[in-house]
Amino acid sequence: MSITKKDVLHVADLARLALTEEEINLYTDQIQRILSYVEKLSELDTTGVEPTTHTVPHKTAFREDKALPSLAQDDVLRNAPEAERSCFKVPKIIE
Amino acid sequence: MDLTSLTIHELSEKLSKKEVSSVEVTNAYLKRIESLEDRIHAFITVTPEEALKAAQAADDRIAKGDKITPLTGVPISVKDIFCTKDVRTTCASKILGNFVPPYDATVTRKLKEAGAVILGKNNMDEFAMGSSTENSAFYKTRNPWALDRVPGGSSGGSAASVAASECIASVGTDTGGSIRQPASCCGVVGLKPTYGRISRFGMIAFASSLDQAGPFTKDVKDSAIMLQALAGFDPSDSTSINTEVPDYSSFLTGNLKGLKVGIPKEYFIEGMDTDVEAAIRQSLEVLKDRGAELVPVSLPHTEYAVAVYYLVATAEASSNLARYDGVKYGLRVNDTGSLIDMYKRTRDEGFGGEVKRRIMLGTYSLSAGYYDAYYKKASQVRTLVKNDFDEAFKSCDVIATPTAPTAAFKLGERVEDPLTMYLSDIFTISCNLAGIPGISVPCGFTKDGLPVGLQILGKTLDEGTVLKAAHAYEQATDWNKRKPSI
Repeated sequence: MSITKKDVLHVADLARLALTEEEINLYTDQIQRILSYVEKLSELDTTGVEPTTHTVPHKTAFREDKALPSLAQDDVLRNAPEAERSCFKVPKIIE
Repeated sequence: MDLTSLTIHELSEKLSKKEVSSVEVTNAYLKRIESLEDRIHAFITVTPEEALKAAQAADDRIAKGDKITPLTGVPISVKDIFCTKDVRTTCASKILGNFVPPYDATVTRKLKEAGAVILGKNNMDEFAMGSSTENSAFYKTRNPWALDRVPGGSSGGSAASVAASECIASVGTDTGGSIRQPASCCGVVGLKPTYGRISRFGMIAFASSLDQAGPFTKDVKDSAIMLQALAGFDPSDSTSINTEVPDYSSFLTGNLKGLKVGIPKEYFIEGMDTDVEAAIRQSLEVLKDRGAELVPVSLPHTEYAVAVYYLVATAEASSNLARYDGVKYGLRVNDTGSLIDMYKRTRDEGFGGEVKRRIMLGTYSLSAGYYDAYYKKASQVRTLVKNDFDEAFKSCDVIATPTAPTAAFKLGERVEDPLTMYLSDIFTISCNLAGIPGISVPCGFTKDGLPVGLQILGKTLDEGTVLKAAHAYEQATDWNKRKPSI
């Protein structure tokens, strides 16, 4: 499969990355080479093989619905780039 | 006596006999860090105040005759991927450059509760993505055995700090070899436990189905001590395994009589460094001398593991790293006023090249139209890789292989070519895909004087037998006792 500059721009938009022209060219080339390498997986017939997403047998974890202390609001907001009146502040969303 | 040359079990004995104090030892390490750091760069943050406070608390406990653990008063370090309450945690990224966590990772908490003294936070590849620690946003860590070479990665700062005796042990993380490969490059012991053996809570996520924490130590006995302190179920991590933790020290008998060691032919490939191969072949003889029986096994899907890994790990990373958006913590870059532009500028400036490359690759392989061809296909081949191990372990107890195909390479040598860099992990990746435990122990040196590591892989949750084999090997050799002259 070959990847074009247009694909890279589309993916960069999905990944919320404002790439420079230089980065777009570099990644188009590098991702193309990596994809050609991973192409070797198509040598294998995987019809009927269950995909593995978790290696250890895993059941949905249930626990008692018990209230535990949470972090103090000041501690949580301490790392915020911008905060106001106990809220995280972001650029205007609605015009 | 050089206080910085001791192992955990040696120091612990001296501390409990009050032959030395933790404050003395901690000061010795802080002094050594100060004198070596401008050459090694193994730390992003050193925390002398916190360390000395913990050392004093340990000394007080010992003086009062309170209950202590084998880690009480022992100076260690942790990779800068583990959240440390009120101490900056960067993951070696500009995007977390000023992040001060309001809580401790479970790993950090357990170390503190055991009375360990945390000296600081180790350098690493940004978000643990790399095999050389050259992807740190801060600086490159040097290999203590040869300053023009990399320490391996991504936990290169952890490995280098133990090798240079800047700390007695460290905790790193391993997603595709990030503990075992740097341990091999730096001539120390590095253990990746079974996926889920140690809690991932508060450990900054890279690829959640592969990430696992584990210790770097100067010998295997110390590795068992560290694992004992860290292993166990954690209600805060529902993927941690809820099963009993055995007494790991009870496995260290030195005798391998009756143990079957599988030798996979797929790990002795053309292109492997001849010095590395010679060291590995010789160490297999040592295992035999110790009573083990060598059994040929086959892991036929080994050659597909790197491809599987770079699809699965990048897909998971693209989701995990979506959280860095300049809203709740970390860097924000904003000059246009629009929210989407703020996200994009923040992420472009905050992430380094390798991280962006992997986010791009992962986003691409998960995007509409490509999911079946890439992510699903890779997850199916992952099943085949895992089945290979299940099959092989029917005829052996552990598997022995080289940890890496070469010794530490030179700085800058593989930076331009991501694919060659990815292939540094060719022998370590399958273990993460299968979720099984693995260790790297020093097993010799190349003609250039660079350390070589022997990898021992075990069955799910059978860290005990892995430690047993590694310990018996170590008893018969003295590779781990050699120190770099720095």
